[in-house]
Amino acid sequence: MKTTISYPTKAGMGKTGSWRVFRPVLHEDKCIKCWICWVFCPESAIERDEFPKIDYDFCKGCGVCANECPVNAIEMRREEK
Amino acid sequence: MVSIKDLPENEYVLEGNAACPGCPITIALRTMLKALGKDTIITVPASCSAVIQSLYPKTSFAVPTLNIAFEAAAASASGIEAALHAQGKDDITVLAWAGDGGSYDIGLQALSGALERGTNFIYVCYNNQMYSNTGVQRSGATPYGAWTTTTWTGKKEKQKNLAEIVMAHDIPYVATASIAYPTDLYRKAKKAKEIKGPKYMEIIAPCPPGWRFDMSKTVEMARLAVETGAWLMYEFENGKLTFNGPSKGIIDGSREPKPVEDWLRMQGRFKNITDDDLKEIKKELKERWEFYRKKSQLF
Repeated sequence: MKTTISYPTKAGMGKTGSWRVFRPVLHEDKCIKCWICWVFCPESAIERDEFPKIDYDFCKGCGVCANECPVNAIEMRREEK
Repeated sequence: MVSIKDLPENEYVLEGNAACPGCPITIALRTMLKALGKDTIITVPASCSAVIQSLYPKTSFAVPTLNIAFEAAAASASGIEAALHAQGKDDITVLAWAGDGGSYDIGLQALSGALERGTNFIYVCYNNQMYSNTGVQRSGATPYGAWTTTTWTGKKEKQKNLAEIVMAHDIPYVATASIAYPTDLYRKAKKAKEIKGPKYMEIIAPCPPGWRFDMSKTVEMARLAVETGAWLMYEFENGKLTFNGPSKGIIDGSREPKPVEDWLRMQGRFKNITDDDLKEIKKELKERWEFYRKKSQLF
């Protein structure tokens, strides 16, 4: 039987960063590297580098990371046009 | 106990998927697949999970995924497991990933059948307490008093308890979890992977557009559900019921739960409940805790 197959790739819906209204900005001086933002990011858009690295191409700006950060190291800043 | 830092960095839910911002399903599935690894086959019935994979010819799930009919998640998982077994590939995990509509209502007979056949698979119901994908209709999991588009004056019936129905099948492992406790979810998924036979897990998944709250509060809402005792996290293993996290203290009485209003008032779907409704909800919760307190002392 023939069936349609999709293949895994990033950007299945394009660069979803364009959905964003508020942009999460990390203040590295406050960050304690607990990786709570990384584990809760619904978009897998935070990478574990030296500090959490936010992929702005795909971050939808939901703000879960900023809401969960225990030391308020992530600030939600309005996107400018 | 594993800590957040120790969770694997592998991602099987890729960036640029079609989920709403702040979606609880992707949080749950990410953690789940970190535990199960790449040798996993998922069956997905009609649900948000079928949609968030994005459009043909691309998919955002990096493990083999089958999209199948609404009622057939568990039945097709049975078929896949049988085919894998016939080929001697018993090391591959079969995961049925369904919403509460596909588990509580439409997929119930297939789920019951698969459990009775003893299929070696993990069935996960991510419970957002409504049919979110089709635009917020009531399901068997919708709690008393909640607004949906089909219960616009608040639901008048109680939710059913699917985990209890599943436990009645006498299967080796039943667990409930919350996306706000990822290490607990990870540990339970790891444990389920090692056990042979049918495993059932249920994860509370607060849906921002369906429950009517801000998308940044998804995890907070899942945590409050546990801290107020509106959602209980437990494991049922070899006939023994054990509670985890804050639920443990709420059931044995050592921890005072937060007032359930804290959780209800944050959600637009409970905006119109009356004081009588609130009393009814609190009474129902007390009865549920009492039931589980007795049950956990049984064995």
